[in-house]
Amino acid sequence: MKTGALCFSGTNLSCIRDDRVLFEQLNFTLQQGQALLLEGKNGSGKTSLLRILCGFRLPDSGSLSWCGADINGSEFYEHMAYVGHLDGFKKELTVLENLKVVKALNQPGRFSIEQSLEKLQLAGYDDVLVQALSAGQKRRLSIVRLLMTASALWILDEPFTSLDRQGIALTETLMTEHCANGGMIILTSHHDLNLSGVDLQRINLS
Amino acid sequence: MSLLQAFLAIVRRDLVLAFRRRSEIANPLLFFILIITLFPLGVGAQPKLLQAIAPGIIWVSALLAAMLSLDGLFRSDFDDGSLELLLLSPYPTSVLVLGKITAHWLVTGLPLLLIAPLLALLLGISERALGTLLLTLLLGTPVLSLIGAIGVALTVGLRRGGMLMSLLVLPLYVPVLIFASSAVDMATAGLPVSAQINIMVSILLLALVLTPWPAATALKMSIN
Amino acid sequence: MFLVPGFIERFLHRMASPPHFYAITERLMPWLWGIFSLLLLSGLYSGLFLAPPDYQQGESYRIIFIHVPSAWMSLFIYSVMAMAGAIALVWRIKLAEVVAISSAPVGAGFTFIALVTGSLWGKPMWGTWWVWDARLTSELILLFLYLGVIGLYNAIDDKRSASRAVAILALVGVVNIPIIHYSVEWWSTLHQGPTVTKLDKPSIHVSMLIPLLIMAVAFKFYYLIAMLQRAKTEVLVREQNAQWVKSMTEQELAS
Repeated sequence: MKTGALCFSGTNLSCIRDDRVLFEQLNFTLQQGQALLLEGKNGSGKTSLLRILCGFRLPDSGSLSWCGADINGSEFYEHMAYVGHLDGFKKELTVLENLKVVKALNQPGRFSIEQSLEKLQLAGYDDVLVQALSAGQKRRLSIVRLLMTASALWILDEPFTSLDRQGIALTETLMTEHCANGGMIILTSHHDLNLSGVDLQRINLS
Repeated sequence: MSLLQAFLAIVRRDLVLAFRRRSEIANPLLFFILIITLFPLGVGAQPKLLQAIAPGIIWVSALLAAMLSLDGLFRSDFDDGSLELLLLSPYPTSVLVLGKITAHWLVTGLPLLLIAPLLALLLGISERALGTLLLTLLLGTPVLSLIGAIGVALTVGLRRGGMLMSLLVLPLYVPVLIFASSAVDMATAGLPVSAQINIMVSILLLALVLTPWPAATALKMSIN
Repeated sequence: MFLVPGFIERFLHRMASPPHFYAITERLMPWLWGIFSLLLLSGLYSGLFLAPPDYQQGESYRIIFIHVPSAWMSLFIYSVMAMAGAIALVWRIKLAEVVAISSAPVGAGFTFIALVTGSLWGKPMWGTWWVWDARLTSELILLFLYLGVIGLYNAIDDKRSASRAVAILALVGVVNIPIIHYSVEWWSTLHQGPTVTKLDKPSIHVSMLIPLLIMAVAFKFYYLIAMLQRAKTEVLVREQNAQWVKSMTEQELAS
């Protein structure tokens, strides 16, 4: 991850939803070690922008590039991971069964499944069905996914939802570590961020 | 190698899930048997008549059972967000989608094959046509899953997409219906069926190659 | 797109911009109507009055001057829709999306006309309104394919997603149509009823062929008119927030 500079940028992005212009002429460039916080009130298009950045939605104009190439022709998807409103875990499967699928679908990351579970204080939950986890534990499990896959770029939609104070602090530490290791983060959050020593950019959508 | 692992991981996950939600396997199967039971009640139980329309009945019922089961193909993945993760995987989405279709066929198509001898007995299909019936089911039901996947992928984002999906998919099932039921018909009469079987093999191969890509593209559209 | 000469590419590029498209179709429309009316009148006149009666079917065969061109159009429009869909998917040209979805109702209309006229023609020939004849059956399935496209477009709220969905479905359909057509032909030869169809490949006399071809061209122009009219409306709806639409409506209101 440290060799070769990675860079993610968007130029002239705009998004129109139901005849309403959510944002126009939006530009950003994210280098390794940087984080980007999207701010704005409800309905200002934060989630829409994140979904455009993931490639789920086409921008109504503008383009996204990963290391200078359009994201669809590049290695973008080998380097990114997304945590959205939905956790993407099957509730009838155990934690370990779910994570094994995640592992098979992605490149291996810095940590193994066991190490990542331990980091999020979920060690020992391997054989628990996901439906038996609390909302906060499921959220931590989503963050486990970020650690165990090769992902220089984290795209996080309200990552602190339903986490307790300790969970939030833990996540912030992991995010700081990620940036210190040359990672990039794009996130939305209603929570006041405490990322010490991280080069944080802000975009206000409204 | 790792692409194969990703494919197999999807197949395995969906099989385990199906096993843990057993009713999803049983329902289409029961539906299939039930429709076939309704026909003699509707048209009368004269053995001659039943025998004449048996291939059509079995295949029309198979189409309807496939329709019913298709809705589950991407629905839960769409609802719980695993579909998003599938699309974000660096592996080609079409291959992963093919994995889902494979699991779906193993769970909903294969059981139809297993109970077909029983139904053949109920409808009086002769023993020499039974082999052909099984062969057409073996070749035809995967095509139903493959083509159906496009229809589900196009409508999974809609709240009430089920009826629309049938409208999109059933016309595309016409060739399978025609060749399969005519093969069983011919076999009952003791005529050769290699032409129909060859055509069904080519349709299956064509569907295997051509359907995963539009299904994957349609999923990307639906996830929006 | 790489092999296209520069001036055509520039033309296409200009056409692909909604205001230009709107202005050009606006100017084309009267011409298209003129050509269509001339062709339709001459086609109908030569078909209904100049062409001789058929030695077997008498006067009732004349319905082919509507039926056959409609059947041709039903397939032709589906292919145009699929092509526009492919262009929309690959190059993301918004105008191609509009053309694809604007074609669907027109195509469904022609398919419906082909079905109704086929059935009307069948009455004196077969003694019944409907026979499971290969061509009529294929035409019926084609109608379902069209209705599926229209239904899908209307079911999806976001019109850009809906256009992509339609493009995918049209492409899947266009690959399937030959297979469906072939399977239905095959099926009808197996289950041949007592009446032999008269709808397929009559060895047609020149005096009947000419009006048929004129009608076919007239129908193509009608398709262009109907499709462009729908496309214009669709473009206006989609671009209702764009500056050119606003200034145009202001001018309309002022005058």
